[in-house]
Amino acid sequence: MKQNLIGALCALAVMGGAFAQAPKKPSAKPVAKAAAAPAAEVKDAATLEFEKFRAEMEDSNPAELFEAKGQEQWNSRRGPKNVSLAESCALGQGVGKVEGAYVKMPRYFADADAVMDAERRIVWCMVEKQGFKFDDIASKPFANETFTPDITNLVTYVAGHSRNMKIAVPLNDPKVRDAYEVGKEIAAYRAGPYDFSCNTCHGADGKRIRMQNLPNLSTPKGAMSGVQGWPGYRMTGGVMLTHQWRMGDCFRQQRFPQPKYASDAVAYLLTYMIGNANGQVYKGPGIKR
Amino acid sequence: MIKNILLAAAMATPLMMAQPAAADGDHRARAIAVIKKDFQPRGQAGLDRLAEDGLQAVCNRTGNKPPDYIAKQMQADQLAGVKYPADGKLMGDWKEGEKIAQSGRGFTWTDNPGLPVGGNCYNCHRIAPNETSFGTVGPSLYQFGKIRGNTPDMQKYAYSKIWNAKAFNLCSEMPRFGHAGALNEQQIKHLVALLLDPESPVNK
Ligand code: HEC
Ligand code: HEC
Repeated sequence: MKQNLIGALCALAVMGGAFAQAPKKPSAKPVAKAAAAPAAEVKDAATLEFEKFRAEMEDSNPAELFEAKGQEQWNSRRGPKNVSLAESCALGQGVGKVEGAYVKMPRYFADADAVMDAERRIVWCMVEKQGFKFDDIASKPFANETFTPDITNLVTYVAGHSRNMKIAVPLNDPKVRDAYEVGKEIAAYRAGPYDFSCNTCHGADGKRIRMQNLPNLSTPKGAMSGVQGWPGYRMTGGVMLTHQWRMGDCFRQQRFPQPKYASDAVAYLLTYMIGNANGQVYKGPGIKR
Repeated sequence: MIKNILLAAAMATPLMMAQPAAADGDHRARAIAVIKKDFQPRGQAGLDRLAEDGLQAVCNRTGNKPPDYIAKQMQADQLAGVKYPADGKLMGDWKEGEKIAQSGRGFTWTDNPGLPVGGNCYNCHRIAPNETSFGTVGPSLYQFGKIRGNTPDMQKYAYSKIWNAKAFNLCSEMPRFGHAGALNEQQIKHLVALLLDPESPVNK
């Protein structure tokens, strides 16, 4: 049953997905009126289609398949050291505890002396506790049409155990506050051939690139829409993608080189963004256009 | 005179001049250090892209609001770099302009560097009325020529703005297409026609 839905999602992805990169032609009918009134709530056919689909999907979220895989991997003895994450990995709530951990990261971890988002922390555990090689994980960190890395399943599993909980990044910890401030400056840093920064596209309310709404990451509401639904099952290509991936793809659109996987730069940017969403309810891994 | 000296000092050490608060500058300096260490080249996007040029440095250090006298002088410098076509004609073919405005291709690490770069215009602007998938990062350019006219001065403004948006607004969010080598003279002429030609759908 779920498999069928995923098949349908993949098929829809062909219609729905669009990057700022690839101009898409909305089908003429539903948007004919839009020309006269270019209001923020104007929606193209693909968006409407997607929203209808997401409503139908509410009961069988494809992210749950990845959560289930992640759970199995979290609990199994794996890696050169043959240890499970459940018996070795602390996400800030005690060894092996995943309940509520996702919404309280990024946080500072003394054992690593670093501020870490959930994905970075799990990678750290896989390397330090299970003995996997960082370079092996970092060489293929994100899913594509034919491959989903273990780390993606694991992050989705952990995120699923913060469903319906409030975002609570510990910004009163000086180290986390510091990461937040540096992240804020990273978001404002303009460079490259087009002089873009994150704020070029995400610094004001109500902006769009083509028909895609751009959340204003400096506001609580905008930051939350940058957090909600991640990790997310992306209909474009039918793959499960993480917050680290989203940051990388926006740097791509910014015409920057690629941020290193699980680096300070991405952790600080996430601290800024997720920190701005503090107090709002996270609904768990979701579906993305 | 005094202004020039101040300006020279500002250019030489933008860090000293334009920095509002020490704490801010401190976090910015660390952000730059983190950016320098935490990126890797990919495709055509090399690490050289992480370095700020003079204009980017001034905008980054002043929250995109440089003091007036710096902005004026630097805008003049940007304008001085605009290259105009040898034949003096600034209007090309609006139909070609529409194609360039539509394309968002170019300069990312997944783009083939051999292919022509697009204008990205619809990513940020409403332009021709039949294209309903447009962004709102910039103002609507629908009826641009109808409203603003298409005198030689207006043509020169549109051409220069597309060549280098920063010549008129130092920390504009709009890229410097000619300056960056993204669009050439011919392509910019076509875009001027899209915006100003009375035959263009923009002005119907
Ligand atoms: C050139 C434009 C551009 C730049 C620069 C840019 N983004 Fe984006 N961003 C987009 C677009 C387009 C989307 C896709 C929106 C959609 O899918 O509906 C997006 C989506 C996002 C999302 C997901 C929003 C959601 O609804 O899930 C986040 C988070 C985000 N960007 C953060 C950033 C950060 C952080 C930076 C800087 C590293 C950045 N962006 C730079 C254009 C940009
Ligand atoms: C990333 C966003 C972005 C892109 C891409 C972009 N612009 Fe702009 N543009 C802006 C913004 C923001 C402004 C308003 C601020 C300013 O004038 O600098 C603007 C202003 C303009 C103006 C001046 C309007 C006036 O009232 O004088 C013109 C003309 C223009 N853009 C044309 C273009 C064309 C043609 C392209 C494509 C080659 C383009 N823009 C691409 C963001 C963008």
